[in-house]
Amino acid sequence: MHTTTVIIGAGHAGLAMSRCLTRRSIEHVILERGEVANSWKTERWDSLKLLTPNWQSRLPDYGYQGDDPDGYRTMPETVAFIERYADVISAPIQTHTKVTSVSRYNGGYAVATDQGDWECSSVVIASGACNIPQVPALASELPPGIDTFTPKTYRNPDQLAEGGVLVVGASASGTQIAEELQRSGRSVTLAVGEHIRAPRSYRGRDIEWWLDAAGVLDDRYDEVDDIARARKLPSLQLMGSPERRQIDLNSLTAIGVKLVGRLAGINGGKAQFSGSLNNHCAMSDLKMNRLLDTIDEWATSHGVDGEVDPSHRFEPTAVETSPQLAIDLRSGAIRTVIWATGYRPDHSWIDLPVFDRKGRIRHTGGVIDAPGMYLMGMPFQRRRKSAMIDGAGCDARELSAHLAGFLDRQAALMWNFGQVVNG
Amino acid sequence: MTATQIQVNNGVNVEALLGAREALTETPEAARFTWRANCRWMKGTHSQTSIHRFFGLGEEQSHRTEYNFDTDHPEIFASEDNGATPVEMVLTGLAGCLTAGIAAVAQMREIQLNSVSATLEAGMDIQGILGIDSDVRNGFDGIKVHYRIDADATEDEIKALVAQSQKRSAVFDIVTNPTNVTVEVN
Repeated sequence: MHTTTVIIGAGHAGLAMSRCLTRRSIEHVILERGEVANSWKTERWDSLKLLTPNWQSRLPDYGYQGDDPDGYRTMPETVAFIERYADVISAPIQTHTKVTSVSRYNGGYAVATDQGDWECSSVVIASGACNIPQVPALASELPPGIDTFTPKTYRNPDQLAEGGVLVVGASASGTQIAEELQRSGRSVTLAVGEHIRAPRSYRGRDIEWWLDAAGVLDDRYDEVDDIARARKLPSLQLMGSPERRQIDLNSLTAIGVKLVGRLAGINGGKAQFSGSLNNHCAMSDLKMNRLLDTIDEWATSHGVDGEVDPSHRFEPTAVETSPQLAIDLRSGAIRTVIWATGYRPDHSWIDLPVFDRKGRIRHTGGVIDAPGMYLMGMPFQRRRKSAMIDGAGCDARELSAHLAGFLDRQAALMWNFGQVVNG
Repeated sequence: MTATQIQVNNGVNVEALLGAREALTETPEAARFTWRANCRWMKGTHSQTSIHRFFGLGEEQSHRTEYNFDTDHPEIFASEDNGATPVEMVLTGLAGCLTAGIAAVAQMREIQLNSVSATLEAGMDIQGILGIDSDVRNGFDGIKVHYRIDADATEDEIKALVAQSQKRSAVFDIVTNPTNVTVEVN
């Protein structure tokens, strides 16, 4: 089969790109391993709600139209929202089609799938940034008898045996799962490394409203100081709930979660935690306050001080003087470990020399180092918001323009080549 | 009169550090260093450790000169007190590492330091090393570091310097995280 562009993945990012290609009359197909919004449908825990408010899911020619713009979607609502988008834009999707390889072929690309092969001039990889849970190597040192989950396999507290839980990682997933498990009556210990604290609401507005309005989410990859670092930043400690509940280390200790430092090693059945908890919390508080300073300055310079609540600062993160440094995992105190230690994308099916020495795709703002190949939905790909639903539109618009330019240049080359050959 | 740009100088060559970071990102194998110390027992609890050669950037390197450090125990331990205790040397390492980090980060962030001093305190229950109570660990039960910093920056900017220095400090990492130690004989 032949088409101009193959988009791999029918999530919000692939669909946004599809819409932009349709607008430019570029023939394309979306290949989807499962169904539309597959990861949202099959790889999230039951109680999860989007961390961004409903209004903040603006896609090309589509957006929220309900009566609760400030609410947070459940996963089924998120899936329905994306499915409706696929319908509205009549996206050319071929579902249940797993791509097994992408390679160079005949000046373009061959995309092999379990439902037949495609030839195309360009490829857009929109298969997601969170395919494989990044479980640290020391996980293999866990003594037998301890169950493990990742945010991809965790669904609800009923899956877990009774007994203590060690949640490793204190970003959005780790903190939310720790809260849910502590509330389920289990005793939860949370191992905390580098993390980003952020208030759900500030001065009466959602933090995402501020980040959006002040342009923080629009910071560009070619303008920030250290893009490699910016792309590695953990997710904000946030949760979506009807009561706009705040989640941070203070809210977790208030319900009885015990904080320990970053999990640094497992030796002889003993989990060892870093003595750096105080510094990680201090850094996070300082970073949050710098963000709030930025917001306050923006509010003043844009004259919105009168429309919002007064500026204030949050209580610093409270940490015990001497947090526990070790837990004997053979003592029975811990029955389950949750690895909330981040994700990485799965690009193992790309048979092209486009990876850096750590196995990450080399790209410049989503333009991959292979002619006509593009990436969507990676953290800080073109803007701080690139990995958010709300960030897919801008990136798709810019990358589809680049893609169209590539096709034009290629067509011109072919025409010149034809002139030479035909004399 | 023209506006003059304020020159921040903490005596740190940031260009060299940034250059090294860039070069070593390209050639990560050159980033592998080996640090060495040679220790000789003198008498009683007194030892002398010399520091001279190390390996890095793909080849043998050496300090400008050899440095010697005496370690011993104070007289209340019935020793001759020919030098600092080994645990005090650990504090020396931590203080030196964090303070160097503060200077480097300050230079990078264009913050002029006027003075930096630190006091370090580490608690230890010597029932551990004396084998009186096996529930007491040998090492420190905690380390407290207090910095006094005068710099041309806000209080939060100064706090952020100290936090970033801890984040990037080798000795802070060595002290706060477990490290495998292999000791062989003869």
